[in-house]
Amino acid sequence: MAIGIRTGEEGSAGLASAPARSEAGGWRDRPILLRIISIVLFAMVWEIAGRIPVSFAFPTFLDTLAAFFGLIADGSLPMAYLSTLQPLLLGVVLSAFLGVGLGTICGLWRPGEWLVIPIFIVLQAAPVAAFIPMVTFVYGIGMTAKTLAVMILALPVIVLNTYKAVRNVNESLLVMCRSFLGTRWQVVEKIILPDASPVIFAGLRLGVAAGFVGVVLAELLITPTGIGDLITFHRSRADYAEMYATIASIIALSTLTLVALQWVEVRVFRPEKRGA
Amino acid sequence: MTLFGYRVPMMASLLVWCLAWEIVGRLDLVFLLPPFSDVLRAVVGLVQTPSWQGATLTTLRAFVTGMTLAIVIGVPLGVLMGRVRVADDLLGMWVNIFSSAPLSALVPVLMILFGFGERTIVAAVFLFAIWIIVLDTRAGVRHISPSLIEMARSYGATRRALYAKIILWAALPEILAGIRLGLIRGVKGVVIGQLLVSIIGYGALFETFSRNFRMAEFWALTIILFAFALLIAELIERAEAKVEYYAGARQ
Amino acid sequence: MRTAVLRKEPSTIPAAVDTIVGVRGISKNYGNVEALRGIDLDFPRGKLTSLLGPSGCGKTTLLKIIAGLIEADAGTVTIDGKVVRAPGPERAFVFQDFALMPWATALRNVAFGLELRGRARTEREEIARHYLSEVGLAGFEDKYPHELSGGMRQRVGLARALSVDADVLLLDEPFSAVDEQNRRKFQEDLIRLRATQNKTFIFVTHSIEEAVYISDRIVLLSPRPGRVSQIIEPDIDRSGDPERIHRDKHYLDTVDEIWQGLRQYVE
Repeated sequence: MAIGIRTGEEGSAGLASAPARSEAGGWRDRPILLRIISIVLFAMVWEIAGRIPVSFAFPTFLDTLAAFFGLIADGSLPMAYLSTLQPLLLGVVLSAFLGVGLGTICGLWRPGEWLVIPIFIVLQAAPVAAFIPMVTFVYGIGMTAKTLAVMILALPVIVLNTYKAVRNVNESLLVMCRSFLGTRWQVVEKIILPDASPVIFAGLRLGVAAGFVGVVLAELLITPTGIGDLITFHRSRADYAEMYATIASIIALSTLTLVALQWVEVRVFRPEKRGA
Repeated sequence: MTLFGYRVPMMASLLVWCLAWEIVGRLDLVFLLPPFSDVLRAVVGLVQTPSWQGATLTTLRAFVTGMTLAIVIGVPLGVLMGRVRVADDLLGMWVNIFSSAPLSALVPVLMILFGFGERTIVAAVFLFAIWIIVLDTRAGVRHISPSLIEMARSYGATRRALYAKIILWAALPEILAGIRLGLIRGVKGVVIGQLLVSIIGYGALFETFSRNFRMAEFWALTIILFAFALLIAELIERAEAKVEYYAGARQ
Repeated sequence: MRTAVLRKEPSTIPAAVDTIVGVRGISKNYGNVEALRGIDLDFPRGKLTSLLGPSGCGKTTLLKIIAGLIEADAGTVTIDGKVVRAPGPERAFVFQDFALMPWATALRNVAFGLELRGRARTEREEIARHYLSEVGLAGFEDKYPHELSGGMRQRVGLARALSVDADVLLLDEPFSAVDEQNRRKFQEDLIRLRATQNKTFIFVTHSIEEAVYISDRIVLLSPRPGRVSQIIEPDIDRSGDPERIHRDKHYLDTVDEIWQGLRQYVE
């Protein structure tokens, strides 16, 4: 696993830095063959467990796969994703802008840090999922509630990562920029933000992961739409293969999104890592 | 921050927010937000009710069981992945996927596999907490300086002694960090699990309070939960501080 | 045979022919620790002056005060007679830890000082290319710092300082993070650069050999509090083969002499 990106991650209540770690996609450096073997083995274990069967509610891998294509064919899965992905995308984008902005301000400006950061430390360590039923009660079952659910979960990690990255910027580069007559704005633009960007990106990835949790949770708890509704619906009809297929698809989608984000980050924003 | 020459601790700003909450609550601007003093009163009232005590007991029991399982299984698994290349190659990908996947989607599966009871909650805590413990333990074991292991070998350490006296200790800072993050995820797991099952523990209480718009009690329960989460994080952090000196010295 | 010119009391230095950097009464405390006390020094134009002393003698602090990166508690620094309190275009700094931006290529790192001054891209890159080849890194323009060795990274740092065309180069133990072989080569290059670039160098080091090898003047600082204890002008002939200097009797004598003076601080 690639070491070196400090994600800080959730609940560091005292702001102690967690050990260096890059979540999601740290196994990129493995040869592709091993990954395929790993996937095949996982599918085989699933298939065997389903054949035994472990439980009446545990379909085999092949049944689940068939159910997955069935769901795509009858259009219910694409429709559900249409309804789920809109608030997810909106919430994540809003959280990204708001979070990076707020985190940067708090990292640069002490009174902002004092006033705002403790709130996010609490929100980060606490089970904010408890708010989601409340949000859905207030804002109904539409887009707003789901977007808010995404933001409640995604915002803290983005703010805190950005804040920590800006705060812990490489001191020697700051001095260097000052000695070559950099202005305050140049220091922020040319040193602080580039230096902080790996950790900010890690925060954005964690934010996206949290956003997936938020939207699924909102749909499962109250809002009878989207992926959450599909899961609940098939559970109530005991169509376990369809239910598992839906769940596996959202986990796969979240994983692929995170890997894609990392790929984009390295390709577009971190030229020095490309050949490394 | 310093104010008039005094250093004001950062967490002190939470008091300012509580004050703002009180004012907004008094002004009756948002009906969801009763004054903070009412909420505090509700906390005092709530902890005396048998329903809260029962819910707390259920919740704690499920949390402790799930966390114990996650630690007992997660740490050895992490050590295995850190030491054995094949295990790492085969499992690493899945551990990484599950550590950042929307696990809340899996809770309905747990519900049909384990029923609408405490076992589902235990499974949810376990499922939320274990992956980060495995990842951090693995990272810790990977970080151990090879010369430390060679040292132990050269002095004739048995395999057992190597693991018990060197590897586990050298990786301890990361293991504790993993457990701390795991505990926080575990708290989220217990709450999400109970919210979805919604007939036991705090989930049932939340359900009752928010359905009937008993806001003071809703917020009181939230505060108790948040305080519990922060307390756990703080306690583990204390333990981490004790081993931090050599975590820093190793780099 | 030539002899080293030793002056025990700094106040009697004859006003150097042409002083570019003047330090008057500089003092600096860190809490209760007195880092520098009443430093008076003149740095002659076009010469390489070393600040030499054991750790804790405040040599880096003094250099950073001259650079305007640290504020002194008392005293003034003048450049060409003008008092300076902040970094300025007439001084350029070379950092002990290189201070290269990991996300930028060698070329952009070298051009960074000019970039901050708002010079056009083509112009600053042309200058940067020139100085990269000047320090022996032609062909490495598009490499990132992590692709370069320690010695090459510091060459990038040196090229960056050269490219802003400052009169005074301030070097803070530039070779301490560079391996021995590279350090030797680097010192030879520095001697060559000093001869061709017509700049004033102020060089902080804790290595006696290094100081004697490259310096026109050596300022010895004593620790706790940091004060000027001695000024030495090695007066070594550096024309011809730089390898020869290491065997020069005069070089060896000067090294020994300084060591005799410094060893009291080590015990």
